[in-house]
Amino acid sequence: MKKIIYIIAAILVMGWNPANSQTQKGSVLIKNATVLTVTKGILEDTDVLVENGIIKKIGKGLTASNVTTIDAKGKYVMPGIIDAHSHVALDAVNEGTAPITSEVRMADVIDPYDIGLYRALAGGVTVSHAMHGSANAIGGQNITLKHRYGSGNPDDLIMKDAARTIKFALGENPTRVHGRGNGIQPRSRMGVEAVIRNGFNDAIQYKKTWETYNNALKVKGATPVPPKYSERLQTLVDILDGKIIIHCHSYRADEIYMLINVCREFDITNIVFSHVNEGFKVAPELAAYTMGASVFADWWAYKFEVYYSTAYNAAILTQNGVITSINSDSGELIRHLYHEAGKAQRYGELTDEQTLALITINPAKQLGIADKVGSIEEGKQADLVIFNDHPLSVYAIPQMTFVDGVKYFDINEDPNDMRLRVAATESIEPIFLKEHDHKCMHGVDFFFTNFGRSLFDHEH
Amino acid sequence: MEAQNILKMKKINQIIFTVALLVLPFLANAQFDGEFIKPRNGRFLLQNATIVTVTKGNIENGSVLISNGKIEAVGKNIPAGDAEVIDCTGHFIYPGMFDGGTRLGLVEVNSVPETQDYAEIGQVTPNMQALVAVNPNSVAIPVTRVSGVTTTLATPSGGLFPGTAALINLNGYTADQMYAGFKGVVLNFPSSARRSTWDRRSDEDIKKEAEKAEKTLNEIWERAVTFNQLKKADAALDYYPEMEQLAKVVAGELPLLVEVNAASDITLAIEWIQSKNVKAILTGVAEGWRVADKIAASKIPVITGPMLSIPTRNSDRFDAAYTNPGKMAKAGVKVVIRSNDAENTRNLPFNAGFAAAYGMGKEEALKAVTINAAEVFGVADRMGSIEQGKDATLFVSTGDPFETKTQIRHVFIDGYRVPMSNRHIKLYQEFLQRSPGLKEN
Repeated sequence: MKKIIYIIAAILVMGWNPANSQTQKGSVLIKNATVLTVTKGILEDTDVLVENGIIKKIGKGLTASNVTTIDAKGKYVMPGIIDAHSHVALDAVNEGTAPITSEVRMADVIDPYDIGLYRALAGGVTVSHAMHGSANAIGGQNITLKHRYGSGNPDDLIMKDAARTIKFALGENPTRVHGRGNGIQPRSRMGVEAVIRNGFNDAIQYKKTWETYNNALKVKGATPVPPKYSERLQTLVDILDGKIIIHCHSYRADEIYMLINVCREFDITNIVFSHVNEGFKVAPELAAYTMGASVFADWWAYKFEVYYSTAYNAAILTQNGVITSINSDSGELIRHLYHEAGKAQRYGELTDEQTLALITINPAKQLGIADKVGSIEEGKQADLVIFNDHPLSVYAIPQMTFVDGVKYFDINEDPNDMRLRVAATESIEPIFLKEHDHKCMHGVDFFFTNFGRSLFDHEH
Repeated sequence: MEAQNILKMKKINQIIFTVALLVLPFLANAQFDGEFIKPRNGRFLLQNATIVTVTKGNIENGSVLISNGKIEAVGKNIPAGDAEVIDCTGHFIYPGMFDGGTRLGLVEVNSVPETQDYAEIGQVTPNMQALVAVNPNSVAIPVTRVSGVTTTLATPSGGLFPGTAALINLNGYTADQMYAGFKGVVLNFPSSARRSTWDRRSDEDIKKEAEKAEKTLNEIWERAVTFNQLKKADAALDYYPEMEQLAKVVAGELPLLVEVNAASDITLAIEWIQSKNVKAILTGVAEGWRVADKIAASKIPVITGPMLSIPTRNSDRFDAAYTNPGKMAKAGVKVVIRSNDAENTRNLPFNAGFAAAYGMGKEEALKAVTINAAEVFGVADRMGSIEQGKDATLFVSTGDPFETKTQIRHVFIDGYRVPMSNRHIKLYQEFLQRSPGLKEN
């Protein structure tokens, strides 16, 4: 809450006016690079021309006047990395007050001052899917961000042309928070299924009520009483109408299969499973009926429902034709997603192209933005990263990161301290020994107090 | 169903039951499918590899002869004799990697309290032995060792003196079979840092807690010094296991593993160690780069990590944790790397890779997970490099083990060739092409 006040204060001080909210677009010519397009192969010794935030031309011997030229000889250019599951730049993560809170929006709690945005840029990440937490079966609506770090206006971070998405959650987290914590359904995986099913059925009824009302309005002289508007149910209607992509926190094969079945029953095809540690066990079903899986490279055993995991998950899913991405869910991992993806080569020997797709075009597909970002193609938005070495090498270091053609990270030019704002109360700068690993349960930690001390150490 | 049918079914069931009863004894003796591969020792000749000895340079087209748990010979043209020959053409042989601090084997599932054996009740429990709580059958052990990480420091955590850490090899069925010859008492040095970004204590509370811990530490230490003096004087002492253990530290029989991270705390810890004249190793040392010269001057070795971690301060450069080990090594500090992990101790080589990329260099980073660790743990006469007479704890890889693309082909621990399998690999084998596959409906 304090932070929000600071932000509001900052906005007032800066004299925010909507005319300023037009986001910056840049032009740049990158010369002589090895271009990893992801969708159109590897182009050696190639130039990429960016004009006004858009990739204008890819080829050899390109020239342009009045445009910054970067000689990238011996370097690699890849599309800006996309994180399909993060909680970066959010002031709040969980609205865990009911099993369904589809009315809340992460767009309302964006913190543009989060240093995590810059750290992500330094790791080549240009787009992240800032998500609601996993405290409830149907959580809030997520927001897709472009890492335009430097603006104090939360609105500048929003990727306006991204698809709408919403968070769902299965398994231990929603059953712990509501069943164990609040004594209401869901307490079990049966309850999670029922909560979601009931939600969809309520939404169908709600839609009918409005249809009846709207039809009644058409009758001349009729004065029907309008039904009560519910943002919560209207959002569920939008899901049923295919206007929102579900991103569902899930681990076990049975619960993944359960939601696939529920979605099929309600004709929902816009669904991505997130974490999905046991996705490899239902890979054929994920391939046939969903928009894929967004996984960790190798996280396992931090809780019981991920004990039967395998680091070969991404490889098995990919080989089975599932659209697969690797996400961070962490302010630490988001800084080296290229390395996390690289592990899919240790565990399952995916090709370079398959591996790079895990952090570029595949998450773009899952977020409904694959026509705009996720590969280096003419006409796409110029989100680009320059590496000194092949990005899948452990020795690769990102050199520059561009969003919409604007350079937001330069390893050789940026000062060490990249904070945008220092709290007045912060007389002594705090020293943090670690990032709190995964933030899915941020804001509901009071539910953990009786469940072992290590939960404060390690929770996802 | 009609009554007649039901009757028929009953009869059929009876027949099936009778047949089953007759067949049962045979079924019990039936062969199981597949064969379980056990770790096995013997004589092995690893041929035609590039041997990265770490201490004596690289040997091209070289061979390593393993016999009775030891490296019997290293060099070119070693005759196989009766040894089992393993062709390593185009591959590399490295000494097994050490992880200087983990919970591997001390916890199975992080959020399940019943499986957490790394922390005890109480502030002063130096007598708690991590070695007795290591589960040799932890699923995470084979998951780890196929990465070439063969040796880890099982480290207790919790209070001021949470217990005694033990170096273990990742093969064996009992603690004694795994024990690799080093123990150290852990001290969580009073900290002015926040445990994580979720630690919401006020600045005041953190300061108060640190001051209180410092007072306790000095009181306990004085008591241990007195206990040791009385012991040396052969005084009749009541059973006091905590002091028994700390007295060993006072007497220099056991080193102290001092966990400390914030720069100002590191400075204080060095002063404290020097004033007590205690044999110590600094662990954690997240802000070591800020006081690298001081650490170097103290000649106290450092176990640091993970590198894959956020900067300790928001004002720090984004790569502060990546560059930390390199900066300390350049200042002259002897650096060992740790993952500080449990189930993902297999990420140790990648931590070393980041350290290498961000200033430490590949050679120094490799030392930090091999010979440096062996030296700091006092086992360099047996471990940490590929040399004749040392323990046969090594691995064969297709390339640089820090690179994610590299595959590890063979792992030997104490002369045992360990199976290149674990639950992660078995699940891969089972599910890459699942049968039955998709049932359309």
